[in-house]
Amino acid sequence: MSSSKTVIIRYTKVNRINHWITAICFVLLTLSGLAMFHPMLFWLSGLFGGGQWMRAAHPWIGCLLLLSYLGLIVQFWRENLVHKNDVEWLKQMRFVVANDEGHVPPVGRNNAGQKFVFWSMTLLIPVLFFSGLVIWEVYFGEATSIPVQRAAVLIHSLAAIAAILVWVVHVYAAIWVRDSVRAMTQGYVTPGWAWRHHRTWLREVANGEHGKDVIRKRP
Amino acid sequence: MSDLQSQDYVRRSASTMTPPQARSAEDQVAKLIDVSRCIGCKACQSACMEWNNLRQDIGHFEGSYQNPDDLSPDVWTLMKFAEYENEQGNLEWLIRKDGCMHCEDPGCLKACPAPGAIVQYANGIVDFISDKCIGCGYCVKGCPFDIPRISKKDHKSYKCTLCSDRVSVGLEPACVKACPTGAIMFGSKTDMKSWAEERIVDLKSRGFEQAGLYDPQEVGGTHVMYVLHHADKPSLYSGLPDKPQISPVVMAWKGIIKPIAVVGVALAALAGFFHWITEGPNEVTEEDEAEGKRVLDEAEKTP
Repeated sequence: MSSSKTVIIRYTKVNRINHWITAICFVLLTLSGLAMFHPMLFWLSGLFGGGQWMRAAHPWIGCLLLLSYLGLIVQFWRENLVHKNDVEWLKQMRFVVANDEGHVPPVGRNNAGQKFVFWSMTLLIPVLFFSGLVIWEVYFGEATSIPVQRAAVLIHSLAAIAAILVWVVHVYAAIWVRDSVRAMTQGYVTPGWAWRHHRTWLREVANGEHGKDVIRKRP
Repeated sequence: MSDLQSQDYVRRSASTMTPPQARSAEDQVAKLIDVSRCIGCKACQSACMEWNNLRQDIGHFEGSYQNPDDLSPDVWTLMKFAEYENEQGNLEWLIRKDGCMHCEDPGCLKACPAPGAIVQYANGIVDFISDKCIGCGYCVKGCPFDIPRISKKDHKSYKCTLCSDRVSVGLEPACVKACPTGAIMFGSKTDMKSWAEERIVDLKSRGFEQAGLYDPQEVGGTHVMYVLHHADKPSLYSGLPDKPQISPVVMAWKGIIKPIAVVGVALAALAGFFHWITEGPNEVTEEDEAEGKRVLDEAEKTP
């Protein structure tokens, strides 16, 4: 397996750096956010040097996440546009989770699940950013009325939980679909991986629609 | 203040275990503020500053006797002056000493995410244990009375302690001690309520038919109570809430959503784990590699 000498570049260096900055921010925000959300998880504040440091750091990490994710939107929005065959793919989900992709319509660069993750985060991260600004006590504590802050903190919590659930799906899918993590760490996939999971994309790559230099010798 | 009395907590913020409460055979205390006897001298404000060593920066004249103009991290109690024209067209000067109400069911404590940063003692006093405060401002959102203020200097939340340090050694709060007219009384909640009853009877006999006690049951009653001449309209007194309650938004955020969210995230992770051990990883096969290679090779030949 994976014995192929030829590989396809799936994520460029810029893609990968941008993705992992986002990922690190997201993990830090999840840890600090959950610590402030549920008492049983307050011990996570120790990872940030204590509750005060955590409270101070969380919003700044959030700002960085928004900037970083804007970068991902710029790079990935086009390939996540929803098409008709995404609906077909969703209808065949039961085959997908059973590792039986033979029954699933061929997929382009991203499948409907990946598009769901992308668009969910594209919606949730700005919601988290703006609701977060309202409850950023140090700078905006007096900027809005208390009822507005109450609504913001509720929206922030709900959006955060939704984002964490989407993130769990994203991480598990990356682990479950073997060699996906390598695509985002080393940047490449094998032709067999592309054949199995993104057949339409493989054909596009083969036809040179994504440029000549995406097909390379294995590093 | 500090946690001198850490063995008589009945409530402790962000705690899932029962707080230590061995020394809990205490009377419920209450401060009774008889608005009808207040002359607006601000002795209570001065006494509060003095006992707690608080000094607010010199402010500006705002066109009112009210000074400073609002509660702050350095102003834990404040005389609020309202001018009210009654039905007969007469002016009533309604002066109310504002500060923490020490709710029986405190919204600040419910909202606080830092374990032990807000506690309630067996005597009913709600206290901020400042070294545990992280400065997030959640107490501000939890409070139905708009009381806690976050300091811009040390990023801690502050409010009236009901002089928990004095009360714990058998003294009355500083404001009570300083009040020259006896408008502020302190004692067991039961005694304060019966004293209030007498006052209300007296006020009614003098024409204040709507006189009554402000001890709002929506927050389980409070350990700071008012005798009001217009108990039917508390909001006349510089916006004292008519029906104070912990906002339903806060109740949702700090109630059912917390366990559901944590269980939901845990279940999602578990679902992934069990999928992995039943269906296993989705791996690329030799045939896939052969097919993939074929597609690439064919494309290379065609042009």
